[in-house]
Amino acid sequence: MKTYINTGSKDTRSGFGAGLTELGKTNENVVALCADLIGSLKMDEFKANHPERFFQVGIAEANMIGLAAGMTIGGKIPFTGTFANFSTGRVYDQIRQSVAYSGKNVKICASHAGLTLGEDGATHQILEDIGLMKMLPGMVVINPCDFNQTKAATIAIADHDGPVYLRFGRPKVANFTPENQTFEIGKAVHLIEGTDVTIVATGHLVWEALEAAKELNEKGISAEVINIHTIKPLDKKAILDSVGKTGCIVTAEEHNYLGGLGESVARVLATNKPTPQEFVATNDTFGESGTPAQLMEKYGLNADAIVKATERVIKRK
Amino acid sequence: MANIQQLEDLTTQVRRDILRMVHKVNSGHPGGSLGCAEFFVSLYNVIMDRHDNFEMDGIGEDIFFLSNGHISPVYYSVLARSGYFSVDELNTFRLIDSRLQGHPTTHEGLPGIRIASGSLGQGMSVALGAAQAKKLNNDSHLVYSLHGDGELQEGQNWEAIMYAAGNNVDNIIATIDLNGQQIDGSTDQVLPLGNVKAKFEAFGWTVVEINEGNNIEAILNGMAEAKSKTGQGKPICVLLKTVMGNGVDFMMHTHAWHGKAPNDEQLAIGLAQNPETLGDY
Repeated sequence: MKTYINTGSKDTRSGFGAGLTELGKTNENVVALCADLIGSLKMDEFKANHPERFFQVGIAEANMIGLAAGMTIGGKIPFTGTFANFSTGRVYDQIRQSVAYSGKNVKICASHAGLTLGEDGATHQILEDIGLMKMLPGMVVINPCDFNQTKAATIAIADHDGPVYLRFGRPKVANFTPENQTFEIGKAVHLIEGTDVTIVATGHLVWEALEAAKELNEKGISAEVINIHTIKPLDKKAILDSVGKTGCIVTAEEHNYLGGLGESVARVLATNKPTPQEFVATNDTFGESGTPAQLMEKYGLNADAIVKATERVIKRK
Repeated sequence: MANIQQLEDLTTQVRRDILRMVHKVNSGHPGGSLGCAEFFVSLYNVIMDRHDNFEMDGIGEDIFFLSNGHISPVYYSVLARSGYFSVDELNTFRLIDSRLQGHPTTHEGLPGIRIASGSLGQGMSVALGAAQAKKLNNDSHLVYSLHGDGELQEGQNWEAIMYAAGNNVDNIIATIDLNGQQIDGSTDQVLPLGNVKAKFEAFGWTVVEINEGNNIEAILNGMAEAKSKTGQGKPICVLLKTVMGNGVDFMMHTHAWHGKAPNDEQLAIGLAQNPETLGDY
């Protein structure tokens, strides 16, 4: 079985910061806006390098989204930065009308998504953002898995003409995908070939899926692991081809099962090839304070939960 | 440049367009549209330095954003009569498969529109973003915007108003249509706006008042004064005092025609008060 090495844990938000820094050097149309969270979003370097292209908007996220929409008129490519909760739920109508319906080339970049924000608790731990964003016509939704991939995704979305939601997180997590990789929007990444079960994971849960695959391998179960970094547009072919081989699937995400990756996968399967599926996701609940590891265990979002879901789904084949 | 009589004739024709558009589909917003007819005619025919051909980026020309999108009838009429699309297309207002949606949108590719509006309170932010993009592009042209007075009840405006002054966005002229009316009644009855001039000034804006917002000469003078104050480090607000429903006597001074279309008889009266000048669409 193919194995992956953690080359040194890093936070995905720093991958965003690194990608933005590179974009600042290579694309003069890229501008950045932030709602009083420069340090949290790792936008310091872009700001230092390009003060004229950086806009501190204060604690005013609705205005930030509108400003970004306006800046596209004149050819700019705005990247907005704040926490995932304030990037989506707080400004949903602004995104809907001024960005998505208006077809504006805004990149909504959201850190501290999901439970792994940790101690700040449920007010900041949005578990509904993927659903909110994927329902908007024309919106691309991306949730990369590690530092290297987040950096690559940040760079790639500047070349996509249209609105994008880029979701990443706060804690240091395993960094295992190639440095300086090419990121292709909407193209799933096969990490491990397998025959007994398909595990598709997004974001922080991809590393957990790899850990689960190791454990399953020891139990004699061959798991195919696919990194679905782009939830919309979804790589349907990768999913259907894989379940054609394995006959069952587990989806894993740091998000409510309502509206998340799992539901998107279920729709593809229901309309093409009905297949037993188990969901590793939060169960229609808010989060709470705690360390990221404690929360992932309590809410069933770690490798152990993926192993258990796999054992359940295989029995249903 | 058109003379005052030509602008007044055009305004009369725009009023006819507004009445006929909303009557045909028995829906739409005539009151605020009529109140802003002189402003739109002045803006598109005299005030703005704009290109004939529509380009979304609007580089090298003045651009305009309508924040209170429900007054789309006056916007569409003036855009069509400014050459952005055929006046015949006004026939399709609010119909299925039309580019003239109930509220303005870029989605159907109608020339002249740069942002969707209708959900209120968003246009100020968009206009400020476009103004800052102009500065980044070393484009010395201006951004104009129009907002309802009731719309100032939306909090996003005040985020934007604070931002504009704090960032010295001095290439924007944001006009507030002070007609004192909104859907449920007068602004004083619904939620008093207080002293709007003092509020903008307290936020660091330069305010120009146009007390006769349905008088074309007063609009031209006031907007020229506003333009003369751009580029001095402060955003510019124009307080345009208009009469809702202006030019149709039974629609004036009331919120009753905010979002209601005239019936056949009322249309006939309204059209009789505004005889055809340039030709109906």
